[in-house]
This record gives sequence, C-alpha cells and structure tokens, in this order.
Amino acid sequence: MNAAPTAVYSPRSLATALAVLADRAPVTVLAGGTDLMVELRTGRTQVASVLDLWGVEELRFVRAEAGGVRIGALTTITELRRQPSLGAWPLLAACAADFAAEQIRNRATVGGSLGTASPAADLGPVLWALDAVVRLRSRDGVRDLPIPAFLLGYRRTARRADELIESVWLPGRLPTERGAFVKVGTRDAQSIAKVVVALVASRDAGSGQVTAVRAAAGSVAERTVELASLQELVGRRPDAAALLAVSRVAASRDCAPIDDVRSSAVYRRHALQRVVCDMLTSTLEVPLEDG
Amino acid sequence: MIDLRFRVNGEWRSVRVPPLARLLDVLREHLALTGTKEGCGEGECGACTVLVDGAPVNSCLVPACQVADRDVVTIEGAGHESIQEAFADCGGVQCGICTPGMILATRACLAEWTARGEPCTEAGLRRALAGNLCRCTGYGGIIAAALRAHGGAT
Ligand SMILES: Cc1cc2nc3c(=O)[nH]c(=O)nc-3n(C[C@H](O)[C@H](O)[C@H](O)COP(=O)(O)OP(=O)(O)OC[C@H]3O[C@@H](n4cnc5c(N)ncnc54)[C@H](O)[C@@H]3O)c2cc1C
Ligand code: FES
Ligand code: FES
Repeated sequence: MNAAPTAVYSPRSLATALAVLADRAPVTVLAGGTDLMVELRTGRTQVASVLDLWGVEELRFVRAEAGGVRIGALTTITELRRQPSLGAWPLLAACAADFAAEQIRNRATVGGSLGTASPAADLGPVLWALDAVVRLRSRDGVRDLPIPAFLLGYRRTARRADELIESVWLPGRLPTERGAFVKVGTRDAQSIAKVVVALVASRDAGSGQVTAVRAAAGSVAERTVELASLQELVGRRPDAAALLAVSRVAASRDCAPIDDVRSSAVYRRHALQRVVCDMLTSTLEVPLEDG
Repeated sequence: MIDLRFRVNGEWRSVRVPPLARLLDVLREHLALTGTKEGCGEGECGACTVLVDGAPVNSCLVPACQVADRDVVTIEGAGHESIQEAFADCGGVQCGICTPGMILATRACLAEWTARGEPCTEAGLRRALAGNLCRCTGYGGIIAAALRAHGGAT
C-alpha cells in the first residue's frame, strides 16, 4: 500500500475548496480518482494531504454560455455521453463512447482528464480541436487559458497550486463543420490509446474550398499536439492525392512519438498518417481516386 | 482516521477508516462483506464492481470518503437474485472471482435499458460488460445468462 495521506478535506462548497488550496498547501486535488488512486497505489505519486472535490456540487454542471457551452470540472464521461445539451458537440459523445468502460466512465471527470495532462488522454485532442478554453479559479479570481496554453508538457499544466480547474468552455459550432474522432487501441474498451486523433473541418458549399481545419492528436508526443500541417489545406480544393500528401507531412512533422509499452514510434507514425488521411477524406467528403 | 456513514444494501452503517481507504477495503475488511472481489486493484478487471446510487463503479478506485451519505449495493444485497440464478443455469460461473462484479454490472445495464425502453442485445451487453474480465468462461455463458435474466432468448 501507498503511504497514507495525513488529511483529506471534503468540502461541500467551491469557496471552501479554494480556501483549502490556498491555506493548506501542498494539497493534492482528487476528483473521480480513476487516475490518482492508481498513481498512489503504484507509488508513482505520493501525497501529503488531499482535497476531495467530489462533494462540490457547484462543479457539476453543463450550461449554455456566450454562444457556446460551459462544462463543469466534475462532469463525468458518462454525462458527456448523455447530456442532450451537448448534442451540438458530437465529438464529445464519440470520445466518451470509446473511453475506458462503464465503471470508469461513471467516475472519470473532465477536470481530472485535463488535470492528468496525460499525452494519451482521449479528451485532450477533442478539446483542442473544439478550441476549448480552460477556466482556472483561485481565491483571487479566474484565468481563462486556451488548451494549447494550458497543456504544457508531459503531465504538466499551467495550473498554479492554488488554482482549481473549474470548468471548460467550448465555442458554438458552424453548421458546415464536420468532426471525427478516432482512437487506435488494442481493443474497443478499456484501452489507453496507441494513437488518438480528433479533427474538425469545413468547406465552403459553393466553391468547395476548405474553410477551416483543426486537428490534434494524443499518444504521439510528450503532450497532446496540434496537427498544424493540415492548415495548408485551407483555401484549397484538395483531391485524394493532396490529402495523402498532407497526412504524410503531418505524421512526419507534427509529432514526436516514442517506443513504449503500448506501441512503437514507427507504428504510431504510420497509424497517425492513415487515420488522419481517412478522417480528412470523410469530413471533407473527398471522393477516392479511381484505380 | 475519518468517520463515515453510508447505506450498504439498504442498511445505514458507520465506520472509522484511514483517510483515503478504498471502498473495496472498507466493504471487505471493516464490514466483512467479502463477496466483492479484488482482481487487479487498478480499475481494469471489474471484479470489484459495486453500485453507488445505482451506477456501477470499480470499488478499488473509489475512495470511501466519496460514498458518505450515498447508497451502495454489493453482491450480498437484494434485487439481483434472478440474475444470479440465470448465471448459475447458463454456465456463466466457473471459478466465481469475476461473478459478483459481472452480476452487478449486468444488473445496472439491464435496469438502465429497461428504464429507457431500450432493447437488450448481445452487442449491447458485450459493450456494457466490457469492463468486466473473465478468465474462465469465454463470456458465452455470461452473455446467455444476462439475456435470460432480461427475459430474452437463452
Ligand atoms: C482502467 C482505466 C481505463 C482508462 N481509460 C481511459 C481512456 O480510455 N481514456 C482516457 O483519456 N483516460 C483513461 N483513463 C484515465 C482516467 O480515467 C482519466 O484520466 C480521467 O479523466 C481522470 O479523471 P478523474 O476524475 O478520475 O481524475 P483524478 O484521478 O481524480 O485526478 C487526476 C489528476 O487531475 C487532478 N485534478 C482532478 N480534478 C482537478 C480539478 N478540478 N482541478 C485541478 N486538478 C484536478 C488530480 O490532482 C490528478 O492529478 C483510464 C483509467 C483507468 C484506471
Ligand atoms: S480490482 Fe477493481 S477493477 Fe480490478
Ligand atoms: S468465472 Fe473465473 S474469472 Fe470468470
């Protein structure tokens, strides 16, 4: 067993939770525990005291805000699948459907996924592709950070020790946009990704030109990364050969995969290229070439 | 140590446990409810599945402090007898280590589908039970049992 923490604070209000963070440092934040309890058990993480957020109902919400939606940190993966008000962001439900298994989905939270800053987190690429903005809150106020400014490195975020991840805001989507989410793992359920990609793309109905592409990938670098090379499609009318070429560029330039227990760098690059090419083909509705 | 009160199988229980004690250990060691099994201890196998407020969770990853005032159902509880019988009848049990978790996960998904008027299908069951591993049965007997418990074909 792990070294037991000396204290667990289980506040019922956000104000009390923020006071604990400010006054009792160092405190480790606990949400659903599906990452932290494993880290503690394996001894990878040691904690002095714990701030248990589970009873802070103020962090459990999904509400329309400023033309988009704000999702509270304690929202579970199960809720991402079920909330009718998230219907305009189908990538969330697609990601949630492939996330772990029922028992984990009922406990794992959006804030916890962001908090791990795991390069393999499934929500990382999804929130990146959807231009999400993370809201951090401390006793002194709030900071709003877009995902690229929040996810700094391997299990490293821009969160200060006195801040909580309070929520994440997603802008509303355009009707012309199409999204796709693909996770490559060893089995459908309960597998951490070898490669995971989320992509949102749109093209002008009249001219057929690509108007926007945003894609990000997980498990192919030390943190979630944007597939920035795909930007070169904007303003073009790509054919199948162009999509193949651009996906090859993305798989070589935009990632830095490693060999680890789940997969190899070579496989990851290969899978990334194929997955990105397929996702572009389907979201941009590009006909496959003959012969 | 922390003092904790929650409902287990319909009865309010009070325990004094270490701050981050796992629900699994509290059930087995403090309340002598040893029907809940530990397989992996890391959220992978589902052997430790119990219901909290009706939803299946892995009790090896749930800090007990988070079930304060909540309702926990374990294999020792009531309400899943027909599922247990179906497992016994259909060859859904061999060594039995996965069985308590399988039965509670089955109970949760059948209840959910019934409440939402959704059909119970083999494919749906295989997805719903994907977090419960069995090293003995090959799953055929388990799926047959769950379908029978739902009143479907055997
Ligand atoms: C068997 C298994 C399968 C899994 N499958 C997947 C999968 O398919 N895809 C995937 O992406 N992940 C998966 N995970 C990982 C895990 O479930 C997710 O990372 C989950 O989102 C973590 O959420 P949580 O609420 O349980 O976080 P916790 O474990 O409670 O916390 C995780 C980290 O975030 C911090 N934290 C949590 N909430 C906050 C907050 N509000 N403010 C500040 N910091 C915070 C904690 O301090 C901790 O460092 C799996 C885990 C297991 C055990
Ligand atoms: S013992 Fe809890 S999931 Fe395996
Ligand atoms: S019956 Fe032995 S693990 Fe399932």
